[in-house]
Amino acid sequence: MAAINRDDVAHLARLAHIEMSAEELDRMAGELAVIVDAVKSVSEAAGDGVPATSHPIPLSNVFREDEVGHTFTAEQALSGAPDSDADRFKVPAILDED
Amino acid sequence: MSTDATLSFEEAMEKYDPVLGFEVHVELNTKTKMFSSAPNVFGDEPNTNVNEVDLGMPGVLPVVNKTAVESSIKIGLALNCKIAESCRFARKNYFYPDTPKNFQTSQYDEPIAYDGYLDIELEDGTVFRVEIERAHMEEDAGKLTHLGGSAGRIQGAEYSLVDYNRAGVPLVEIVTKPIEGAGSRAPELAKAYVAAVREIVKNLGVSDAKMERGNVRCDANVSLRPHGRERFGIRSETKNVNSLRAVEHAVRYEIQRHAAVLDSGEPVIQETRHWHEDTRTTTSGRAKSDADDYRYFPEPDLVPVVPSREWVEEIRQTLPEPPAERRKRLKQDWGYSDLEFRDVVNAGVLDEIEETITAGASASVARKWWMGEIVGRAKNADVDPGQLGVTPATIVELSRMVEAGKINNKMASAVLDGVLAGEGTPAEVVEKRGLAVVSDDGPLLEAIDAALAAQPDVAEKIRGGKVQAIGAIVGGVMKATRGQADAGRVRELILEKLGVTV
Repeated sequence: MAAINRDDVAHLARLAHIEMSAEELDRMAGELAVIVDAVKSVSEAAGDGVPATSHPIPLSNVFREDEVGHTFTAEQALSGAPDSDADRFKVPAILDED
Repeated sequence: MSTDATLSFEEAMEKYDPVLGFEVHVELNTKTKMFSSAPNVFGDEPNTNVNEVDLGMPGVLPVVNKTAVESSIKIGLALNCKIAESCRFARKNYFYPDTPKNFQTSQYDEPIAYDGYLDIELEDGTVFRVEIERAHMEEDAGKLTHLGGSAGRIQGAEYSLVDYNRAGVPLVEIVTKPIEGAGSRAPELAKAYVAAVREIVKNLGVSDAKMERGNVRCDANVSLRPHGRERFGIRSETKNVNSLRAVEHAVRYEIQRHAAVLDSGEPVIQETRHWHEDTRTTTSGRAKSDADDYRYFPEPDLVPVVPSREWVEEIRQTLPEPPAERRKRLKQDWGYSDLEFRDVVNAGVLDEIEETITAGASASVARKWWMGEIVGRAKNADVDPGQLGVTPATIVELSRMVEAGKINNKMASAVLDGVLAGEGTPAEVVEKRGLAVVSDDGPLLEAIDAALAAQPDVAEKIRGGKVQAIGAIVGGVMKATRGQADAGRVRELILEKLGVTV
């Protein structure tokens, strides 16, 4: 079994801003451990000669030329905002970093 | 807000050895953003330089800006870094309204540039090598304005307004290795390092490099350890120190504050500090905690950047001469003294003087005009000297007129005013303002007669051999001709008239 315990799940939930009940934490700890184990089997399939990859498609250097494309108007940009003021998104004050 | 205890800088230095580290963020001046084709422009109406990618809408895909990658490679090369054979982007996950995606696209384990150095020249000429850990590509965040509380401070704010125009602007973050051995010169080195980085990115043309606009931003890490100890002390990270002077002051203050904490026997808290320009102090931000667990993982929506060695070499060939080397060369070529050269550099007219010399003026004439005439006018007009509108050709024409005796120095200054007032070329201004030196002897002789008649005692003295008294008569003639006479010729004519041979 992979080492994912209940505390790890509670920590991740806090980081991800997800509220979880005690029952959910218990259940997720078990489920996540199974998932991690399943993913781990990939490393068994790949031998020493297979380099690690972060992308399944063998592509690199997909670039865009530095040319200006379309933009939204402020009205369009804000059309889905729960609240706005002076053409800007209005959010509750959050005491965190600047 | 409580004030932290500090030790005097001298006492802090006696007891402790500072170790520094810097993270400098450079905003690139590409036309578009890092991952979207929205324009990268400062100062536009809020939320108008955005599209679906910048706003983090569902289902959108980022595409890397090729010019931003090229600029990042340029910065890496200028910092003597190795350029990665292959590198990738990563998501830095955090919740804060400055990023609508809830993550910042950055680089984590594979920066585009790494293992470099920068030689920093201190004011007395000492060279200090700063090792560069890495320079990586990422995107800027949106701009928050905190409202409802005390002016602009987040403490007590009721709500914040967000402008995403800056979200997605390409950034290169340059991270140093721990800087040891600076001793009491740590604050000076801090300022010189940030100044050097700013100068380099400006010289490369990859950033507007205006600190007041946040194009170059510095986070300064400071820790202290007792002399002789190898292990580093606990560091603080002072965020967003955004002027060169502030970098110097913030490092000095943190050294003094850390020293007082250590002296009291308490441990330094590893935390973020906020710099306050008004009081020149820092205050506690937040302690490093779970919130710093950014859960980086490879960005699945972007493929690796693999700069071919040919491309890197091609870029290397286009790099301009490094600023420090260029200064050394120009100082030698121009033959200025240390002081003269430093004044020129501080006045920000190095490029202008170089162009003026290229246009045909001598090094001393170019310096005389820029430092003596133009810098002062620019200061009065509150613009950079280069933006006043004086072209090298104008200076060359003016100096040629002076050398040919067509106008004197005082008139040349007036002609420059005329040129700046839009009255035309120097020749046209001379013509329009009737400023040519009067070298026709007729009007001069009349003026001389009048001046001699007005001051018969002086005339007598000169006749008697007291030639130094001639200044009073020359002055009278110059006044009568409104400064347009050739003073040398006036002197000759007076002596001739009075029958004095020198």
